[in-house]
Amino acid sequence: MTFLDVRDLHVHFPTDDGVVKAVDGLSFTVHRGRTLGIVGESGSGKSVTSLSVMGLHRRSAVRLSGEVLLDGTELLHADPEEVRRLRGRTMAMIFQDPLSAMHPLYTVGRQIVEAYRVHNPVSRKAARAHAIDLLARVGIPHPAKRVDDYPHQFSGGMRQRAMIAMALANDPQLLIADEPTTALDVTVQAQILDLIRDLQEEFHTAVVLITHDLGVVAEIADDILVMYAGRAVEYGAAETVFRKPEHPYTWGLLGSMPRLDRAVRDRLQPIKGTPPSLIRVPPGCAFHPRCPYNGRGGIPCATEVPSGTIACHLPHPERVRLAPTL
Amino acid sequence: MRRLVAAVLMLVVVSMVTFAIFFLVPRLAGATPEDLASRYAGRTADQQQIRELTEKLGFYDPLYVQYGRFAKGLVLGADYSTGPTTEHCPAPCFGYSFITHNPVWPDLVDRMQVTLSLALGAAVIWLVGGVAVGVLSALRRGTVFDRVAMATALAGVSLPIFFTGLLSLSVFSYTLHWFPPGGSFTPFTENPATWAYDLTLPWITLAFLYAAGYARLTRAGMLETMNEDFIRTARAKGLPERTVVVTHGLRATMTPVLTLFGLDLGLLLGGAVLTESTYSLPGIGKYAIDAVTNNDLPKVLGVTMLGACFIIVANLIVDVLYAVTDPRVRLG
Amino acid sequence: MRRKGLLAAGIALALVTSGCGAVDPADGTDSVANGGVGKVHNPSDTKGGTLRMANSGDWYSLDPGDTYYGYSWDFVRFYGRALVMFDTQPGEAGTKLVPDLAETLGVPSDGAKTWTYKLKAGVKFEDGTPVTSKDVKYAVERSLDKKTFPSGPTYFGDVLDTQGYTSPYQDSDPEKLGLKAIETPDERTVVFKLKVPFSAFDYLAMQPATIPVPRAKDTGTKYKEHPVSTGPYKFETNELGKRFTLVRNDNWSAANDPHRKALPDRIEVSLNVSADDIDARLLSGDLDIDVANTGVQAATQGKVLADPAQKKYTDSAALPRLWYTHLSTSVAPFDNIHCRKAVLLAADHDSYLRAYGGDAGGEIATSIMPPQVPGAPKNDPYSFKAKKNGDVEAAKKELAECGKPGGFETNMSYRTERPKEKALAEAMQQSLGKVGIKLTLKGYPQGDYFKLYAGKPDFVKQEGLGLLAGGWQADWVDGFGFLQQIVDSRVIRATGGNNNLGVALPKVDALLDQALLETDTAKRNDLWGQIDRTVMDEALILPGVWAKVLLYRPAHLKNIYVNEGLGGYYDFVQIGVK
Repeated sequence: MTFLDVRDLHVHFPTDDGVVKAVDGLSFTVHRGRTLGIVGESGSGKSVTSLSVMGLHRRSAVRLSGEVLLDGTELLHADPEEVRRLRGRTMAMIFQDPLSAMHPLYTVGRQIVEAYRVHNPVSRKAARAHAIDLLARVGIPHPAKRVDDYPHQFSGGMRQRAMIAMALANDPQLLIADEPTTALDVTVQAQILDLIRDLQEEFHTAVVLITHDLGVVAEIADDILVMYAGRAVEYGAAETVFRKPEHPYTWGLLGSMPRLDRAVRDRLQPIKGTPPSLIRVPPGCAFHPRCPYNGRGGIPCATEVPSGTIACHLPHPERVRLAPTL
Repeated sequence: MRRLVAAVLMLVVVSMVTFAIFFLVPRLAGATPEDLASRYAGRTADQQQIRELTEKLGFYDPLYVQYGRFAKGLVLGADYSTGPTTEHCPAPCFGYSFITHNPVWPDLVDRMQVTLSLALGAAVIWLVGGVAVGVLSALRRGTVFDRVAMATALAGVSLPIFFTGLLSLSVFSYTLHWFPPGGSFTPFTENPATWAYDLTLPWITLAFLYAAGYARLTRAGMLETMNEDFIRTARAKGLPERTVVVTHGLRATMTPVLTLFGLDLGLLLGGAVLTESTYSLPGIGKYAIDAVTNNDLPKVLGVTMLGACFIIVANLIVDVLYAVTDPRVRLG
Repeated sequence: MRRKGLLAAGIALALVTSGCGAVDPADGTDSVANGGVGKVHNPSDTKGGTLRMANSGDWYSLDPGDTYYGYSWDFVRFYGRALVMFDTQPGEAGTKLVPDLAETLGVPSDGAKTWTYKLKAGVKFEDGTPVTSKDVKYAVERSLDKKTFPSGPTYFGDVLDTQGYTSPYQDSDPEKLGLKAIETPDERTVVFKLKVPFSAFDYLAMQPATIPVPRAKDTGTKYKEHPVSTGPYKFETNELGKRFTLVRNDNWSAANDPHRKALPDRIEVSLNVSADDIDARLLSGDLDIDVANTGVQAATQGKVLADPAQKKYTDSAALPRLWYTHLSTSVAPFDNIHCRKAVLLAADHDSYLRAYGGDAGGEIATSIMPPQVPGAPKNDPYSFKAKKNGDVEAAKKELAECGKPGGFETNMSYRTERPKEKALAEAMQQSLGKVGIKLTLKGYPQGDYFKLYAGKPDFVKQEGLGLLAGGWQADWVDGFGFLQQIVDSRVIRATGGNNNLGVALPKVDALLDQALLETDTAKRNDLWGQIDRTVMDEALILPGVWAKVLLYRPAHLKNIYVNEGLGGYYDFVQIGVK
C-alpha cells in the first residue's frame, strides 16, 4: 500500500545567477514497511527531495511544483501549520551529522522530550520516562543516566542512536534517513543500519534512505532510485538495479563502489568528468556529456529522454548488451 | 579560587600602576614635590607656604611610603586633620581628598547609586531592544525592516553620546519640555516613578549606543545559527517556528551576547563617563572626570580602583557565566 | 580637537533643532544687547521665586577663609558679610567700596599702618547670636592657616604684623585669639596692625576672609560644608560636588544692610554641570545664571551673536584682565627706548584683538589698566585706536632714532597650549615685519611659562626673548590689584616665577610706595594712573586687549547688571526672578 507518493516534483531555487533546478520532475512511491534507497552523488537532489517531503524549505525562497502525497494527503501546497503538525509525528527524519544536528546546549534528554511533548500533551516527567525508554530501545546503555548528558558527551554512534530515538519519539509512519551513517565508522554503520531495519520491522514504517553509498542501500533497500542532476535516471527493485543495471550512470556508480569480489586493480573506477551545474543542466539526458556511450543508440542524447524507469537514449537491447557483468 | 587570588593580585597591581601614573610619572618628568603641592595652593602663596603644604600632604616622603600609607588606609583606615580636629576615614579608606576635604569612599558609594541606576536601566533596554531588533532583522533579512534597523544601528554605533545626548536634551527637555533638564536624578528608594522618569533620556541615549551593537551582533549570530543543522532538526521535530527561533536559535546566539553584556556592564559600572557628563548626572564617571579636571589625585585613584574592581569582577562573572550557558565549557 | 569639533557640531545641531528664540519674552520687556552693562536691566523690587544657578565645575570652597575665585567672592555675599564691599551698583559706581559689616570704611592711622573698623549694631549669625569683633578676628586668623586653607589669597599674611602667628588651631590662647596684629578693644571694634603702610587696606577688608566665623561652629576644613551665615541667605542643604540650596536667613535684617536686595526666596546651585548643558539651559530659560562667569561656549557665542533675537540677551562684560606683550630691556636693542616705541607703534592692534576673539573677546587696550579701574588713564598716547593697524611711518622714525633704520631681529615667547596667544604672536610677526623687525616665535609650555621661561630673567636674557606674550588679571578692580604684581621691580625674583616680566623703574617703585601711603582714594587713584602712564611712556609694555566676556542673561531675570567692581560678574545678590 502506497504511503508516500511523490509525483513530478520540481524544486527550483531562484538565485542571482539563475534558477537552480535542484529537483526537476521526480516521481516515486514508498510503501509501508518498505525501504526506498535514493542514491546519487552530492548535489544530485537527494537531500533536497527529502527536505521537500518534510516541508523544510522556506517557501519564499523556493519554487515547488508537483505533488507529495503522504497517506493520501497533499503536502506540497498544504497549510504550513498542518505540515508542521505532521512533522516529527507522522514523518520523521534522521540527519547526516548528529553532532551538528543536535543542539549543543541542551541535553539529549531534553531534545527528545521536546520532540515528544510538541505532539503529545504529557507532563515533563512522563516525557522524560518516554525519552529514557527510547534511548534504551535504540541501544544506549544506562539510558537513565545518559539522558542528562549533552550531545558532545556522546560518541558518534551513540549520538546517531540518540538522533534516531528522537526521530522515533512519536512512532512515525515515514522515516527519512539522510546519509545516516556517513559520519560513522564501518562497524557502527552496520549497527545503525541494523537498528533502522529492526525498528522498521517492528513498526512497519516506510523508510526513505538517502545515500551516496550503494553499499548501504544494498543491505537494506527494497527499491532503488538513482538520481542524477535532479532527475531519476534509474528506478526499480533493488534486486534488478543491482543485478541488471541498465543506465550507464548506474554502471558508473557500481563501478566506483568497492566490492569484495573484484580484483584490487579493477576496484575503483570513478566516473569521468564532474556533475553539471544545476543552473545550466545539459539538455536531454543530463548525463550525456560524461556518458561513454553518448550517441551510441543513434539518437542524439541532447533530445528529450524517452519516458520510463530508465532514462536513457540507448535502446533496451543495447543496454542489456553493454551492461557490465556484475 | 586561583582566579580569585589572581583577581586580588590584579587589583594590587592596578592600584600601584595608578599610583605611579599620578605620583611617579610627574616626578620623573621633573616636577618637584612642591610642584605637586602647589596645585592645592592659591596663586599668591609663597615658597614657604607651599613647602609647608607639601610637608602636610606628605609629598616629601619616598613614593613607597606614600603608597604604603594609601594601602594601609585601605585596610585599616586613616586619620586626617581638619584643622581644629581630626577626621577618621574608616576602612576601606580609598583616600582622602585634600581639595574637597572628605574621604573618597562615601562619595563613591553615593555616586554608585546613580551609575548603577543608569547602567542597569540602560542595560535592560539595550539588551532587550538590541536582541529583539537583531532577531527580527535576521529573520527578515533583506527586507525594509532589516535595512532600516541596520542603518539605525550603524548610526547608533557611530554617533557619540555627547551628540545624541545633547540633541535629545535640547529637543525633549528644553524645547518640548517632556523630560527634566540635565542633572536630574531621584533615588529609586525615594520615588521609583520619578527615578525612572528622570533617567529616561539618559537610559535611551546610552542604550541606543549599545543596542546598536547588540542588534548587529545578534543579527549576525542569528543568521549563522539559523543555518545550523540543529535548527533544521528542530523544525523537523515539528516545533512551532517561535520555539525554533527563540529556544533553539536565540539560545545558541546568546552566549557571545551575554559575554559581551557582562563585560560592557562591568565597564559601565566603573562610570558611564560620557553619558554622565552630557546629562550632568552625579555618577562615578562624572566623579572621575571632575576629579581629573580638578587634579584631585586621591579621588582619581579611588575611582580608578573601583572601576578596576568592577572590570575584574565582571570578567570573573563572565567566565562563570560562560560555563553556565555553554555546557561544552568547563572551568579550568 | 576632533571631539571638540563634533561637540560644536552637536551643539549647533541641537540649537538648530530647538528652534530660534527658545526664550519667549512674554513679559513684554524689551531687551537689548549690553542692557545689563552700565545700567540695571529690568529693575525690580519684587521678592519671591527661586534663583537657579549652575557651575560647570565643583565649587572649590564655600569657606569664606579659603576662597579665591571671583564668582565665589560674588556669591559669598549671599551668606556672608565682610567688613566692606563693592557697591551694588552698575557702571563705575560699582567699583567704589562701601561699608558692609562695618559702619564706615576703614579709618587709617599711624601712616596707614593701623586700620580701625567699627561693626554695625544688630548684625547676627543665622542662629541669632550677635556678631562681635572677635568673630571677625577669628575669621582672619584662621584664614592665615595655609596648611588648612591653602586655596585662599595670602594678602593678610603679607601685610599684617603677624609676628610668626600661623593658625588659631596652634594657638595657646584659650579663646584662640592670640594674633597680636588684630585687636578687639570692644565687641564692635576691630583694629588691624600692619607691618607696612597699606593705603588700599579697604580692599583687603572687602575680601571674604573678614566675613565673621563663630569659633564654636568652626570645623576647619569641614566648615565649607555649612558656613554660618551673616547674609540674607543660609545653607539649607549641601550635597558635596552635586548641588546646594540656600534659603532666607531670618536673622538677617535689611535694616542694617542697605546694599543687598535679596529678592529670590531660594537659591539653588547645581555643580559639575556640563558646560554645553549650561548654555542650552540658559538659552531655553531652564537656568538663570552660569555661576563661573566664563561666558558662553564658543559655539553658543557664534550662534547668539548671529541671531538678533538672541543677541539682545547678551552682555559683553569687561574683565579686569589685560592681554599684553612685555618688552625686555635686558635684550638688545630693547635697552633703547626708541626701539621699544617702534614695536608699540608698528604693532597691529586690530589683529591683536582678533587673535583674542575680536569684539566679543574685548577691546583694543591703550593703557595697562582697563578703563573700569579707578584712575586708569583715559588717553591714547600712541594713537592705538586711531591707527589700529599700526603706524608704520612713526615706527620707522623711532627705528631710525634707535639707530636701526632697517630694523632688527629678535624673539617672541608665547604659551604653546594657547592657540590665541600663538595667533597673537603670529600677528605680531607679520605686523612688525612691515618695519623690518624680524620676529622668531618661541613657544613654551604654559605650566612652567613663568617659572622657567618668560618669568625667569636669566632665561629671557640668555635666549634673547625681546618680546614676551602674557596676560594679567587683577584680583579686584583697583590700581594696586592691577599694577603691583606686574610693575613693582621689588617683586622680581631671580629664581623665576615672576608675574612682573621685567618692569624695573625707580620712578614706578617710588610712585607705588607713595600710593600705599596715600589714604585719600582720589589722590591714590591718580597715582595709579601716573604709574600706568609712566610704564607706557617708557614703552615697556605693549597693551593688547582689555578682555571681555560674553554673558547670557535669560529674558525673565530682573534687576540684573554687571558689577564692575567684582570684575565683570553679574551682581548676584541683586538679581530677581519675579
